[in-house]
Parts: sequence; structure tokens; C-alpha cells
Amino acid sequence: MTAIDAEVELPGDPQTDAPPQVDNLDALESEAIHVFREVAGEFDRPVILFSGGKDSTVLVHLALKAFRPAPVPFPLLHVDTGHNFPEVLAFRDELASRHGLRLVVASVQEYIDDGRLQERPDGTRNPLQTTPLLDAISENRFDAVFGGGRRDEERARAKERIFSLRNAFGQWDPRRQRPELWNLYNGRHRPGEHVRVFPLSNWTELDIWRYIQREKIELPEIYYAHRREVFQRDGMWLTSGPWGGPRDGEVPVVKTVRYRTVGDGSCTGAVESEAYTVDDVIAEVAASRLTERGATRADDRLSEAAMEDRKREGYF
Amino acid sequence: MTETTTRTAPDSGTEVTLPVQTDQLRLATAGSVDDGKSTLVGRLLHDTKSVLADQLDAVHRASADRGLATPDLSLLVDGLRAEREQGITIDVAYRYFATPKRSFVLADTPGHVQYTRNTVTGASTAQLAVLLVDARNGVVEQTRRHAAVLALLGVPQLVLAVNKIDMVDFDEAVFTRIATEFTEHARALGYRYGTVVTIPVSALHGDNVVERSANTPWYEGPSLLEHLEQVPVAPDPHDAPFRLPVQYVIRPRTAEHPDYRGYAGQVAAGVVAEGDEVVVLPAGVRTRVSKVDTPNGPQPKAAAGHSITLLLEDDVDVSRGDLIAAADSAPELTDELDATVCWLAEKPLKPGAKVLVKHGTRTVQALVTELSARFDEQELSSVDSPDALQLNEIGRVQVRTAEPLPVDAYADSRRTGSFLVIDPADGTTLAAGLIGVPLAPFAAG
Repeated sequence: MTAIDAEVELPGDPQTDAPPQVDNLDALESEAIHVFREVAGEFDRPVILFSGGKDSTVLVHLALKAFRPAPVPFPLLHVDTGHNFPEVLAFRDELASRHGLRLVVASVQEYIDDGRLQERPDGTRNPLQTTPLLDAISENRFDAVFGGGRRDEERARAKERIFSLRNAFGQWDPRRQRPELWNLYNGRHRPGEHVRVFPLSNWTELDIWRYIQREKIELPEIYYAHRREVFQRDGMWLTSGPWGGPRDGEVPVVKTVRYRTVGDGSCTGAVESEAYTVDDVIAEVAASRLTERGATRADDRLSEAAMEDRKREGYF
Repeated sequence: MTETTTRTAPDSGTEVTLPVQTDQLRLATAGSVDDGKSTLVGRLLHDTKSVLADQLDAVHRASADRGLATPDLSLLVDGLRAEREQGITIDVAYRYFATPKRSFVLADTPGHVQYTRNTVTGASTAQLAVLLVDARNGVVEQTRRHAAVLALLGVPQLVLAVNKIDMVDFDEAVFTRIATEFTEHARALGYRYGTVVTIPVSALHGDNVVERSANTPWYEGPSLLEHLEQVPVAPDPHDAPFRLPVQYVIRPRTAEHPDYRGYAGQVAAGVVAEGDEVVVLPAGVRTRVSKVDTPNGPQPKAAAGHSITLLLEDDVDVSRGDLIAAADSAPELTDELDATVCWLAEKPLKPGAKVLVKHGTRTVQALVTELSARFDEQELSSVDSPDALQLNEIGRVQVRTAEPLPVDAYADSRRTGSFLVIDPADGTTLAAGLIGVPLAPFAAG
């Protein structure tokens, strides 16, 4: 042992000095609720971006808890790609009506039908969401937009602040982010600018599922194993449907699958799974050697910086 | 808890150990450019098996595209296009990993001088910081500056990782010299014995990162991960006096809850229980807590870190920006702040500047009346009475606020002793503010 090591022994016995166990989920819940209340206190027209997926469903659950016994003081905004799973749309409508939440829908299909957007050659509509999203934000004058993004999802997301300022064009500039100090969030913005707010920043996929288990949160049934007709494209199992598949040479088969993420049907893959319950899903996610995006999102495979590039344009 | 279970990975068939329930350590990295921070973080993630197969595949592909013979683990964390192009870290990235003993939130911060503000961002919530030095260069100016910033922000635990120890042939004398110099510097900043640990590592090859290395038989301390797993986590101070910055007033006005009027906020310090006498500041009105409501229903008490809703016995006027505090140990109410600021903006700070101060949930207009000192960033000793503070400089200021604020010393409460300085013109965050003196209060205490 060197002379230095003699100085660095930890004080006391770690067994007895250990502070009381803090439940990680309680700490994450408390942080998210704090963020919701800050936004309610400082902004005029916040909105919760809601896709019907697990993260945005957890987001709505936390918003309900943050303001109880009063109602949630924000509406929901859904950007409907036109390629959504029918089960997810039904879930969305049911959830909004059960909690008396106003639902604003921005439709990619409408933009394509009237020529404001063009279908991409690869058929994926995820990148097309940006224009209707930014239009809905400016038309409704939303000044704070909650998203369910988590930093563990992707390298570019790992760089995002909890309060993320967007310019009048909805753009994110990763080199000019505000420092975020302690839990003092700076939501100042100029007219036309808005702030994206990510209360789930510090949650991992496993935290989300443990919380869903603890709080008994209901999700669209596509998150659990079920029989479905799928076909293989670029190594992923896509659901057969009006979004362009199977094409020539792609063979539909019926498999037992579930979804780890919910997004546009044209680029969100199912995983083969026998996980029928939340407990099964937690065991499966915890043991998986693939990330949820790596397993099921084609759009992130477009380039090394696909997510960053979309975020810079105004995507979540 | 260290209970674990094992499962078989569905997509590879290998057996993996899963943590069931863990406590959490928030840590930040710091160090100069090219000291290998991103490689160390990449190595930590890789060797704790926190990197999943598709992420590793992407790194293998990107490394091969760059003509590298071995995978560059820094590509795991440098997520921005410009970072990958330039091979440097520009902004803080947050990483999550877990072992059966603990889960970790890691803020990986850049080393460039011009990005010191991001080091401040990463360190403001950290319970531990890992500082890197290159064994060939030893303690450099940037190391001393980062240690001073970490001390100022009250990061309770420091680790010095003496990286690239393989490049000096695993020489014990080199390590001892660097470790001695650094420990002396940290002690001068207020860190006690036991709060500073020095570890010889090679991030590139993995020596002493997760496993102890056979290449350093003279080193008998823990590997970096072993230390991170066992270091005591400083809990939020429950024995401090109760503080609740009011965020939002909850008034349902529904048939079910016609009279409910609750004050929502996150407990910044201490404990509150039903029946406690409290004071509402700045008005100074005293009353009692009639109910502690939480997101999970009423509870007898709540402690620091909990988001709660407080109901009071008397019908007093309380709104966002007020502070509810323990009646018998309320904070000082003042419109003259004596504070230390880390200046984070390109635009320099000059006396006479009109700014906004955000303290707790209250934002007020303020005037910087005096710039009394600029601190030498390496030692935090006062050097002069300057005309201005430049980007990344730390100084002592007097600030007059338009309304009185209930403040604690930063040394007593990281939450109610801190504030933001905001540009009223465009909303930019100009500075991190700390009430009181610039010494490592937590480490020294």
C-alpha cells in the first residue's frame, strides 16, 4: 500500500454507515412530478405529446398524480402518422375520455392528401411527423411541449436537457444548450420559441416497466405477446397492413410477438416473445442484449446520427 | 438491497444477473481534453455489460469505417455528429448503468476550458466526481481548476483516476507522485481524508476499471467500479430544517373537493409532519400543517426529495414563489445577497448589470451592485477586485434583489442556498449562484 492509500480509507463501516435505502422509482416519480409542476407554474400553454406508447402513457399517469385531486391542466397532442395500430388509437381515445383530457390530433395523412407533404420512397412516415408537429405547436401557441423521451434511448437523446429550448423553427441546437443546474429549470423563452420538456429523462426502459408494474398502468395490448401476421424486412418483423407490406418477395407468417416501442407501423418492428404479463416483460427486457430501438426501430438505422439530425429539424 | 436473480437472455441465450432493487449513485466525470474520459466511461459501460449488442455492433462498424484496428469505446458516448467528427466531447451526456449492488446515473462532462459550464452542469447534482489525469502529464492546471469547481459546488466525494498508467510502464513512483500532489490540492480545497480516492487505471485496456489489474501489484485499493459500488452515498440532509418552495397551488374546485387548497412542491430540506408549526415566507405568517398529501395519498410525514402537497390549518395567502419553512428555524429574509457565482455566459459580468435571479420557485429582478473578488480558479483564493467576470470565471458578488428572498447558505443547503442568474433580455442562463463562501462545505464538514 502506498502512503496515499493510508489516507483514503473510508470512514466507518459501510455496513452500518449506509443511509436508509431510497427507492429508485420513488425518486424518479418525485423528480418527474416536480418537473410537471414547474411547467404548470411557469408556462401559459403547455401540452403533453401523447403517442399511446408506454412512455407517454406513464407521462400522463404522472401528470394525473402531480395535480391530484385537481384535473391535469394540459391537453394532449397526438401526431397521427396514418400508420398507427388501431389498438393504439382506440387506447388513446379511451384514455383521453376517461380522464377528461382534451385531445388535439395532427394528421400526417391530411398533409399528404393535400400535397403539403410527400410520401418517402422507403414508405416510412416517422420523419414526416415533424412538419405537422411544429404546425400544431405554432397554431395552438403551445409554449411547453412534454415528451416521453428518455436519455437511455439513444446517444443523441443522452445529450438532451430536461428543459430543452427550441427556436422559432422548432430546432434543437445541441451546442447552445443552457446549463441545467441543481433542480432549477430555466423555462424563459421568447415569443415563437417553445421549450420541450422531458420529465422521464432519467428513467431507463426497465424503470418504466417496473413503474408500470407498481402502479398497475394499463397499456395497449400490442405490448404483450399475441399472435399476429408479420413479414420480415431488413431483419425486422413488421406487421402486414396498409402501410406497405408485404411487398413482392416478402412472405407473411403468423408469429407470437409483442412490441417494445409503439411508433409508425412502417418502421416499428415486433419482437418474438412469450411475455404475456408485465412480470414476463420485465424479465424479458432485463435479460435482453438488444436495446429497444436497436431491436425495433428502422429509422434509427438510417445513419450514425439519424436521431440527432431529426431532432435538429424539430422532431422529438 | 443486493438480492439478484438470473435470467437467460432471449436474443443470445446467455445467462445474465439482474439487480432486483438498488440504491442510486449520481456521479460526474471531469478532466482535461484527451485524458480519456469518454474512453473510461465507454470502458465502464462495456465491462459492466451495460452496453447492449446492437450498440456495440454500431461502435464496431463506426470504428472500422474510421480505419481503426480495435473498437473505439469513446464512440459509445460521444453521440453528437460534431463530437464524433472531432473526437471530442462537447456537451454533457447522461448514462445509466447498474450492477447488482447499485444503479448509477453518470454525467459525462467535456474537458475543454470553454465548456467548463458543462462541468458545472454535471457536478451540480453529483454525489461523486471522477477526475481524470493523464499519467504522463500528471496534475495540470485544468485538473486543479476542475477540483476547485467540484469543491465549490460541494460534490462530497472525489476520485482521481490516473489514466494511461500503461503508458508509464505501470510505474508506482509516477502514480504516488501524482496522487500525493492531487490529495494535497484537494485537502487545501477542504476535502477531508476519506473523501478523496486515487486509482491507477488504463481506460484503453481496462486495468483497475472494473477488475483489479495484475499489472499494478503495488496498488492494493479498489478498482474504480468497486469503489463506486461501496462509497457511502450522502443522503439528502433530513436533519436540516424543513424547507418547501411552493411550486403550484392545487385548487380542484370540484364537487368532490370544494374546499381543497394545497401547496405543491418538492421538499428541499428536512422533514415535515402533520401538526408542525410552519412559517410562510416572505409574508412571515405562521400556521400549522393540517395534512401532508402525496401523489400516493395522505402520509403522516414527508422528507427531503419528496414531491408533496401541503395543506395548512389557517386560510393564509400562499402562492408560487413562496417558501414554507420550519417556524422555529426559518431562513434569513434578505434583499442583499452575498454570493459566489460561476459565470457561464460569453457576455462578461460587470457591476451594475440588471439580471433576473431564480431562487427556488421565485424569479425576481436584481441588480449586481458589486463585484468584490475574482477567485483564482485553481485554488479558489481571492486574487483581485476585478472590472468584470469572463466566461467560466468564478467571483464574489453582491446582488440587490427587488423583493426579499428567504436564503440559506449553500454550505447548509444545496437547494435553498443556490440560484440561477438569468438574462432578462433573452432568457439565457448567465451564472450559477451560491450563497456564501467558496470552500468545499460538504467535504469540510
